[in-house]
Amino acid sequence: MHATSSANPKISLSAVKKAFGRKVVLDGIDLDVAPGESVVVIGGSGTGKSVLLKSILGILKPDSGSIKVDGEEITRMGSSDRERINNKFGMLFQGAALFDSLPVWENVAFGILAEKRVNRDEAKEIAIQKLSQVGLISDVADLFPAELSGGMQKRVGLARAICADPEIIFFDEPTTGLDPIMADVINDLIVKVTREVGATALSITHDMASARKIANRVAMLYHGKIIWAGPVEDIDHSGNEYVDQFIHGRADGPIKMAVRA
Amino acid sequence: MNPLSGLQKIGSVFISFLETAGKLTTFTVSGISHAVRPPFYPRIIIHQMMDIGYYSLPVVGLTAVFAGMVLALQSYTGFSRFSAEGAIANVVVLSITRELGPVLAGLMVAGRIGASLAAEIGTMRVTEQIDALTTLSTNPMKYLVAPRMIAGITMFPILVLVADVIGVFGGYMVAVYKLGFNPSNYLQNTWNFLTFEDVTSGLVKAAAFGFIVTLMGCYHGYNSRGGAQGVGTATTNAVVSACILILSFDYILTEMFFAK
Ligand SMILES: Nc1ncnc2c1ncn2[C@@H]1O[C@H](COP(=O)(O)OP(=O)(O)O)[C@@H](O)[C@H]1O
Ligand SMILES: [Mg+2]
Repeated sequence: MHATSSANPKISLSAVKKAFGRKVVLDGIDLDVAPGESVVVIGGSGTGKSVLLKSILGILKPDSGSIKVDGEEITRMGSSDRERINNKFGMLFQGAALFDSLPVWENVAFGILAEKRVNRDEAKEIAIQKLSQVGLISDVADLFPAELSGGMQKRVGLARAICADPEIIFFDEPTTGLDPIMADVINDLIVKVTREVGATALSITHDMASARKIANRVAMLYHGKIIWAGPVEDIDHSGNEYVDQFIHGRADGPIKMAVRA
Repeated sequence: MNPLSGLQKIGSVFISFLETAGKLTTFTVSGISHAVRPPFYPRIIIHQMMDIGYYSLPVVGLTAVFAGMVLALQSYTGFSRFSAEGAIANVVVLSITRELGPVLAGLMVAGRIGASLAAEIGTMRVTEQIDALTTLSTNPMKYLVAPRMIAGITMFPILVLVADVIGVFGGYMVAVYKLGFNPSNYLQNTWNFLTFEDVTSGLVKAAAFGFIVTLMGCYHGYNSRGGAQGVGTATTNAVVSACILILSFDYILTEMFFAK
């Protein structure tokens, strides 16, 4: 089944496969994301959600299949084209992945400094403005990541992801490890900033509350394939017993948790 | 037991050896090619030079002074049997500049810098900071590995030059104040026998060891897997492999320089 929703998708994956040794993680992924749309991929831990994002980012190389961004095939791209495509992306990593040797503002402005779009003074100004967009005061700018709480680190990661005004933003489990209230704050921020930047969003999560809040469309990853995709309103009557089991968090059902991964 | 399983084991060890060798070669070539092509990161290079060069001075200085002192003492007890005490200054300065300066400094700094590079880059790997670099228009080989290699190759010879001076000074202290040598005669003997090549061969070795230490630290850190334990393993492997490579390349370089 091909999860299509638009004639000219921003991101288009077809038959993407990736294995580590004998372990097949992605087994033919088909997924389209339309411009301006927010798609959330749900799935259990270790099902390959992060591998999926990293394949699109070019951090991992898929074994086969095609990945297109704005119609351009990116799996066989040279490094300079690759860099041009990567400039369209912003990414919020699962553990925030802030650079702990740099102060917060340099973390946020890292991308625009690397692209030499601005000098350091301008970069700091922009960073402080992005920090306020995610609800952090300017005092935070000169702290180091280790001095921040988990929720604040996520916010800084979010500010870094949106700093270069990306066309596409990836969120890797944005709420994992946060308390429910902070999780909701982050969800609201994600909805707010993606709308403000006008970005296309692709998120992965196993947090259904988060998925319901930030998604236009939901796709479920199971055994290396997208087994269901549809508008978020349909998720409660998907007619798919795997999806039902997952969104209700039941231990019994067609999904069997592998005790040994 | 299946008689084939032994063969299978040998085969798989051999294949994984080839795989590692290939990976290391690719890593080395990529590191060097990024080190010689712009953009450079002067702030990081200077920071690394401070860390590798300046902050290693105490360790290297202490090692060198004791090495020089012990050399003077040992060669005195040896040479006095042949009444050849005059050769002590000569032995000290040649051993330090050609051999002990670079090797001891290399091994000490391998422990210090190899470990910290592997731990730092390994932590960046397992916390996805290296992946984050890629998404922020920055090549991690260029940003992390190349500046450290440049700093290692340039700072090691300077460290070794300092070690040479301090080592010779240690030998001088023991010879003059403990063994009762005439200071000006001792210095005269030190100078007279020293050739330019003795010093430069030691400095070339130092540059090679600087390359080895930073390469091993970066390589093992960059390829670490699996959380804190993976970083620990990377750190150990970086130091052990750097030390072994230093000793083997020391032999190879000595043969290239002096076995004519
Ligand atoms: N670089 C890698 N090398 C080997 N195995 C990997 C690598 N990255 C991920 N995997 C494996 O792929 C599977 C999916 O991982 P991941 O995408 O991180 O899961 P999740 O859905 O929780 O994000 C896991 O079993 C993991 O062990
Ligand atoms: Mg993940």
